[in-house]
Amino acid sequence: MANYQQKKPLHDGFRKIQIADIMKTSRKIAALGLAIVVWIVLYTNLNLATDYVVDSLLGLDKGAHLTEAIRFFIYEVPKVLLLLTIVVFVVGIIRSWFSPEKTRKILAGKSLLAGNIMASMLGVVTPFCSCSAIPLFLGFVEAGVPLGVTFSFLIAAPMVNEIALVLLFGMFGWEIALLYMSTGLAIAIFAGFVIGKLKLERYVEDWVYKIKAGSHETVDEKITFSERIDTGIEAVKEIVAKVWVYIVIGIAVGAGIHGYVPENFMASLMGKSAWWSVPVSVLIGIPMYSNAAGIIPIVQALLEKGASLGTVLAFMMSVIGLSLPELIILRKVLKIQMLAVFVSVVGAGIVIVGYLFNFIF
Amino acid sequence: MNLIKVYGSGCATCKKLEALCYDVLQETNINATVEKVTDIQEIMKTGILSTPGLEINGKMISHGKLPAKETPTRWIQENTNS
Repeated sequence: MANYQQKKPLHDGFRKIQIADIMKTSRKIAALGLAIVVWIVLYTNLNLATDYVVDSLLGLDKGAHLTEAIRFFIYEVPKVLLLLTIVVFVVGIIRSWFSPEKTRKILAGKSLLAGNIMASMLGVVTPFCSCSAIPLFLGFVEAGVPLGVTFSFLIAAPMVNEIALVLLFGMFGWEIALLYMSTGLAIAIFAGFVIGKLKLERYVEDWVYKIKAGSHETVDEKITFSERIDTGIEAVKEIVAKVWVYIVIGIAVGAGIHGYVPENFMASLMGKSAWWSVPVSVLIGIPMYSNAAGIIPIVQALLEKGASLGTVLAFMMSVIGLSLPELIILRKVLKIQMLAVFVSVVGAGIVIVGYLFNFIF
Repeated sequence: MNLIKVYGSGCATCKKLEALCYDVLQETNINATVEKVTDIQEIMKTGILSTPGLEINGKMISHGKLPAKETPTRWIQENTNS
């Protein structure tokens, strides 16, 4: 009875909330429009602003090593941060339609090849943090997602991410970004397929198969568009706060290489003629851990100094896709043999991609 | 007695969510015990795939994200009794 009495005022309140919500949404969209205009003005005037600061305000010597390094730094930092903000925002909104639980439902019981392809693509859009890798792995395997398909997801999710794509797009244009995305997906599909074919189930830690996961009714929370915008803003706050330091450091290193390392210096080390450079880059990249944000400004500088595209791409993929912290997390559910297979298959895929690009370009 | 459970294997986001719960309880003067569940078996039993999971009085409210402060405040107010 008491419950019933409470219901009526609640309903009225609900209507008020709805109206307030609509007002809030339209105000939000207006603010968003304004933010986008500011963004465009800033982005299109960066070149001018940089030259003004460097040449007029600081009055530095045009063409000197230090000047060019500073110019690179002053131009690239705001540019990359601007690009990052907008893409993280948009991707944050897109991701609000996806969740690991939904992805699992789609992938459960899928056959090998088709499953690998879908898992790789879902890996790109499903929100995923490597700290959730264990529950995700367990949950996938328990629900009957084949091991190889699970791996396709686990490989694609960190490697092909929005941060990598936006930076590649901003610094090298859409061709390279597309190239990276398609080869990254190809590696995830290929490696997952091979791991599936090898039938490595016995190299998963024994306790994994004993786990009884509860069934979690994924209540599809109704999210309003206004809340999706909030999700996007949250994503920007979280990710930009996390990666801006790496970007600044990455660009500083890049600026140093840009200003001081002589032209073609890298040609002998990471150029096409050095056939060994691809596997060596991959080996060096494995223990290195950086997110895409930190590594790409360095990649740009290396390319500029004569390193070849395939080698640099392989290095970058190895740094982002195979990382020591992730391997340590995965060791909890995988026996060491399985981990070794994982690293070698993915590593081999990256090496092939590296050679392929060195051969084509 | 109200019981809030935070599921997570100890990543930064999970710790932040736990701290957030304490903050909210203090501000709203709601009485509740906050329990951190780190055992992976226990986490899996709930069926969630992404951590941190936030459970209030036996009901899984959210998982896989660190909500802004107002949201858990609302959740806790709606799902607890004083």
